[in-house]
Amino acid sequence: MSYISSSGKEYVCLMQVHCDFNIDELKQLISKFIGIIYQKPPVRSSVKRRTRKKKIYDIEILDTDKRFILLRISSDPGTYMRKLCHDIGVILGCGAHMRELRRIRSGIFTEKNLVTLQEISEALYMWKNCKDESDLRKILLPMEYATCGMPKILIDDNAVDAISYGAMLTAPGIVAYQRFRVKDTVAILTLKGELVAIGEADVDSQKLVDMKKGVVVKPKRVLMPRDIYPRSWKKHE
Amino acid sequence: MEIYDFIYKIDSFCNYSNNWNIIQDSYTDEKYGYFADKRPIEVLIKNSIINADKPPGPTSHEVAYWIKQMFKVSKAGHGGTLEP
Repeated sequence: MSYISSSGKEYVCLMQVHCDFNIDELKQLISKFIGIIYQKPPVRSSVKRRTRKKKIYDIEILDTDKRFILLRISSDPGTYMRKLCHDIGVILGCGAHMRELRRIRSGIFTEKNLVTLQEISEALYMWKNCKDESDLRKILLPMEYATCGMPKILIDDNAVDAISYGAMLTAPGIVAYQRFRVKDTVAILTLKGELVAIGEADVDSQKLVDMKKGVVVKPKRVLMPRDIYPRSWKKHE
Repeated sequence: MEIYDFIYKIDSFCNYSNNWNIIQDSYTDEKYGYFADKRPIEVLIKNSIINADKPPGPTSHEVAYWIKQMFKVSKAGHGGTLEP
């Protein structure tokens, strides 16, 4: 999961300012928060409270009503919106705080393909009671989509079972690859597109062409169950 | 050798582009596994992601647990907690 959640985030955030303000001045002030900011996590936080560097990619004022300001913010993961609102208030001089927050994007997940719990329940009902799985298929995204944005490697059928048992991926098992560098997180897929494992690259993909043997990827997380593909490695006598 | 269509779809899902380089010819046997987008529904349920709209109120853990019960699966998790 951490491989997915470590990507960029986008929020809609309602901020309340504690005094009357000039909208143009506020716009100016907020735009200064775009870029690298230093942020100390709030008292109630899940991380160590030391000042961290985070990047704010964009802040847009969507709407204002008296002392309420609706913002759309895109930022690095781990940026506290509550603290951002507070800091805007500090610079403004009279304080501000966050009233409501909604995340509208987390990496590949946007509001576009969101489903509600009711929709999930209805789709399950259709499948179980009406033998219609079409709605369920619209809701369930194959887990492979989680590897979107990662370099990928396709492996031969013969290499699949060894990886599912935790073996390192070596050069002979590789059929195709997307360019990657040492230490990159890469996804290992079968020729059918099934995710086998996610691991860390041990070499640069440029070296692959001349490699006859040797470790290419060290799997960190194996996702395919064992014994789906035929076992083709030799047992130790 | 041709790369299976679905594999291209994964990257177009988030507009990622990184060309494929084929270094050897190989084919896959239909006897083993399933084409990732043609899994029987029971297999798909165990290998999928739901982009769920969590209502305010219940915690992410609660929602993940409910979904787990609804699908009667033993493994389900969630990613992304908004201000724990």
